[in-house]
Amino acid sequence: MAASSDRNPPPFPAAEDPEPGLVDPADGDSDEGEDIFVSKTNPVSVSRGVSQPDRGAEDPPDLFSEEEEASSTTAKSNGVHSDDDSDLFAEAHMELNTDKPGSSAKKELSASSGPRSTSTSTQSPAAMQPTSLEQLEEEEAKDSFDVDVAITNPEKVGDGMNAYVAYKVSTRTSLTMFRSKTFSVRRRFSDFLGLYEKLSVKQSLHGCIIPLPPEKSVVGMTKVKVGMDDPSSVEFVERRRAALERYLQRVVCHPSLLQDADVREFLERDDLPRALNTQALSGAGFLKMINKASDAVNKMTIKMNESDTWFEDKFQEVEAEEQQLRKLHAVVDSLVNHRKDLCGNTAVFAKSMAMLGNSEDNTALSRALSQLAEVEDKMEQLHQEQAASDFFIFAELLSDYIRLLGAVRGCFDQRMRAWQRWQEAQSTLQKKREAEAKLLWANKPEKLQQAKEDITESSNRSGSTASITVICLWESRVTQYERDFDRIGMTVRKEVLRFEKEKAKDFKSQIMKYLEAMLQSQQRLIKFWEAFLPEAKAIA
Amino acid sequence: SDPRAVNVDLQTDATLQVDISDALSERDKVKFTVHTKSTLPNFKQNEFSVVRQHEEFIWLHDSFVENEEYAGYIIPPAPPRPDFDASREKLQKLGEGEGSMTKEEFTKMKQELEAEYLAIFKKTVAMHEVFLCRVAAHPVLRKDLNFHVFLEYNQDLSVRGKNKKEKLEDFFKNVVKSADGVLVAGVKDVDDFFEHEKTFLLEYHNRVKDASAKSDRMIRSHKNAADDINRIASSLYTLGTQDSTDLCKFFLKVSELFEKTRKIEARVAADEDLKLADLLKYYLRESQAAKDLLYRRSRALVDYENANKALDKARAKNRDVLQAETSQQLCCHKFEKISESAKQELIDFKTRRVAAFRKNLVELAELELKHAKGNLQLLQSCLGVLKGNT
Repeated sequence: MAASSDRNPPPFPAAEDPEPGLVDPADGDSDEGEDIFVSKTNPVSVSRGVSQPDRGAEDPPDLFSEEEEASSTTAKSNGVHSDDDSDLFAEAHMELNTDKPGSSAKKELSASSGPRSTSTSTQSPAAMQPTSLEQLEEEEAKDSFDVDVAITNPEKVGDGMNAYVAYKVSTRTSLTMFRSKTFSVRRRFSDFLGLYEKLSVKQSLHGCIIPLPPEKSVVGMTKVKVGMDDPSSVEFVERRRAALERYLQRVVCHPSLLQDADVREFLERDDLPRALNTQALSGAGFLKMINKASDAVNKMTIKMNESDTWFEDKFQEVEAEEQQLRKLHAVVDSLVNHRKDLCGNTAVFAKSMAMLGNSEDNTALSRALSQLAEVEDKMEQLHQEQAASDFFIFAELLSDYIRLLGAVRGCFDQRMRAWQRWQEAQSTLQKKREAEAKLLWANKPEKLQQAKEDITESSNRSGSTASITVICLWESRVTQYERDFDRIGMTVRKEVLRFEKEKAKDFKSQIMKYLEAMLQSQQRLIKFWEAFLPEAKAIA
Repeated sequence: SDPRAVNVDLQTDATLQVDISDALSERDKVKFTVHTKSTLPNFKQNEFSVVRQHEEFIWLHDSFVENEEYAGYIIPPAPPRPDFDASREKLQKLGEGEGSMTKEEFTKMKQELEAEYLAIFKKTVAMHEVFLCRVAAHPVLRKDLNFHVFLEYNQDLSVRGKNKKEKLEDFFKNVVKSADGVLVAGVKDVDDFFEHEKTFLLEYHNRVKDASAKSDRMIRSHKNAADDINRIASSLYTLGTQDSTDLCKFFLKVSELFEKTRKIEARVAADEDLKLADLLKYYLRESQAAKDLLYRRSRALVDYENANKALDKARAKNRDVLQAETSQQLCCHKFEKISESAKQELIDFKTRRVAAFRKNLVELAELELKHAKGNLQLLQSCLGVLKGNT
C-alpha cells in the first residue's frame, strides 16, 4: 500500500530523516530488525535510561565488572535477575526495620519465598535508608534490559468500516528467554489494549505501575478507514504509532512485566488471538476506574493509620504533579495550535508579498519583495516543523505522564484496598473468636460440634480432608492478607522510585530533544535572513 | 529607533522642524504635545509647543484635501485614530480574573499588557508625528496657514466632529468619487506617464491592502505563540519549585530559558510589526492619497474637456463666448498645473517608497538576524549547561 511508510516520523530537520532502504514491508525477516534500530536516534523514542551506553558512564568501574561476572555465571533460562539470591539476605535484614514489629518473623518468611513469585516485589524496599536506594539503582543498572522494540509500517488491512491498521512490532534482544535475537510480528491496536487488560488484572502485578496504552479514537479511526492519505489521517496514524511504541517500550523496560508470559507472547507469537471486550479499556476508561476507586477509598469507614507517612506524602505529591502537568499540557496544546495558525498565516502572507512584488515597478525592489516572499515561505516550513516538534516531543510527553501518574495513583489505591481486605479479615476473625468464646461459655458442645462440622464440609470441597476450625481459616487469611498488604506496599515503593527515575530521564531527554529542534530551527532561520539581507541592500 | 524615520525617508530641515515631544493618554483621548522649532519669520517665536488631539489632526488633513490649490499634490495621509479599546479590554479582563491566577502570573500578565499598551501608544504617537513631518517637509504645504495655526495657536481649535449633515455630504462625495473612479479608470489617458501610473497605482494599492491585512494576522499569531511560551515558562517554574530534585532543577533551568526566549520572540513580533506591518499600512494610505491625486487630475481633465465642449457650443451659437473662453482657460490652467505638480509628486512618491522599503527591509532582516542569533546563543548555552549536568 503506497501510503504505508516505514519509520516515518513527522518532518524533522535533516538530521533525523529516516534512512532509505527501510521500505521493505515483508514480515519476520530478522535482518530488518537490525536496520530499524540503526536509526534509533528517533526523537520521539522513549528514553530507556538503563540501556547500554548509560550504564558504562554511570557505574563505578569496579562494581560494573563484578556484576558482569555474576550475571554470566548465574544466567538461567529466564535470563534476568540472576542476582536475586545474593541480594535477598540483605533485604531480609532490612525488612526488620519496617513498621510492623509484631510480625517480623513472618516477614522473613515472605522474603525467602521471594524467588518463587513471578514479580520482583521482594527486592529491596525503597529509600528508607540512602544505602538501599543506591543499591536499588545499581541493581537496575546492572540488569541487562537489553530489549528494544520498534513499531513501524502502519498498513491498512481490509476495506470499509471493518478495516483496521496493522503495525509491525519488531523486537531486538540479547535475552535468551526469547526465541531469537530479532523477530517481528504484526499487531493491531486492539491487541495492545488486550495486553494492557491482561496485565492490569493480574494479582501478582498489583502495586506495579502498568503503562497505559494510547487512547481510542473513533473519529481518528473513521477517517483512516476512509482513506489513509490525507494529512490529518497521516498525522493521526503517526501519532498513534509513536504512542504505541512508547507504550511498548515502557512495558519491556519494566523488570516485572518483561517476565510476564503475556508480554512475551505479545512480542513473539505470530497468531495472537483477537482481544475482545476492549470497549471498556482505554486510557480514558482506566482513568475513570481509578477515579471511582479513589472515591471508594475516600469513603472507607476504617481509616488507615499510617505509621510511616511516606505513602501519604507521596500520594499528595503525585496528585499535585498531575495537576501541574495538566496545566502545562493545556498551554503546550495552545502553543501547537497557535504555531499551526502562524504557519497558515505565514503561507498566505508569503503569497501576498509575491503579488506585491509583481506589481512593484522598481526592478530592484520588486526582486527584493519576491525574495522576501520566498523567505516567508521557508519560515512557514520552519513553523510547521516547530509545531510538529511542539506536539510530538513536548505535548505527547506530557499527556503520557499525566496518564501514567493516574496509573500511579491507581497503585496506591490497590494498596489501600489490600489494607482494607486485611482489616476486614481481622475484624471477622475477631468476631469468630468472640462467637466461639460465647459458645464455650454457654457450654453448648453440640452447637460447637455443629459449627466445626460445617467448616469441615466446606473445606472438604476444596479437597482437604483435615478438619480445620473457622478460627484457623480466618487466622491464615489474616496472615495472607497482611503479607499481601506488605508485599504491595513494597512493590508500590519500589515502583514509585523506579517510575520517578524513568520520569526524570524521560523528561530530561525529551525536553533536550525539543530544545535541540528549536536550536536547529534558529540556525536555519539565520541562514534564510542572511541570504535575504544583500537583496534588501541592493534595492536602489 | 527614531519613529519619525521609521516609515518615511524625510530630510530634516532646520527652517522648520516639528515633532511630538510628549503625549498623554486619558480616558478615551490622547493629548499630543506638538513641538516646533523654526527660523521662519511666520512664527512669533523660534520654539514653541501646543497641545493637540486627534480630531485636530483630522481637521488639518481635511482642510488640505478640500483646498483646491493643493489639488495637484499627494496629501499626506491622515493618521489613524488612536485605538486602545482592545488593549483596555484585555487589561480589564485581567483585573477581573485576578483571583484565578497566582500572584506571579498576575504580575507577569499585567506587565505584558502594560507593555502592549505602551507599544500601541508609541505607535500612535509616531503616526501622528509622521503626518506632521510630511507636511513640514513638503515645499508648498509647509507654508499653509492652517498648518501654522495648528502649530502655533495655543488654544483649542474647537474643531468639533462632523455633524450628521456633514457626514452625509462626505458620504455622497465618496459615492460620486467612486462612480467617477470607474469612469476615469475606463478612459485611456493621452499621457503615457499618467496612464502607466493609473494602472500601476490601482493594482499596487489593492495588493498592499491585501499584504497589510495578512501581515497583521501573521504577526498576531506570532504574538500568541510568544504568549504561550510565557505561560509554559511559568508552569515549568511552578513544577520546578515543588521540590529540590534533579528534575526540579532541570525544570527551573528550562523555565528560565523559555522566559528569555519568549522575550526575544515577543521582540521579533514587535519588530516585524514595526518594520513590515506598519510599512505596508503606511503605503496603503499613501497609495490611496496618490490615487486621490490622480482622481483629482482626472476630474480636472473632465472639467477641461467639458469646458472645451461648452466653448465650441458657445462659439457655434455665438452666445456667452467670452464667459466660455474664460472658463475654458481656467480649466485648462488648472488641469495643466495639476498635471505638472502631480507628475513630480508621483515621481517623489516612488522615490520615497523605494527608499522606505529599502530602509525597513534591511532593518527587518538585521533585526531578525540579531534576534535569531540571540535565541541561538541562549539555546546553546542552556543545552550546554543541561548536558553538563546529566
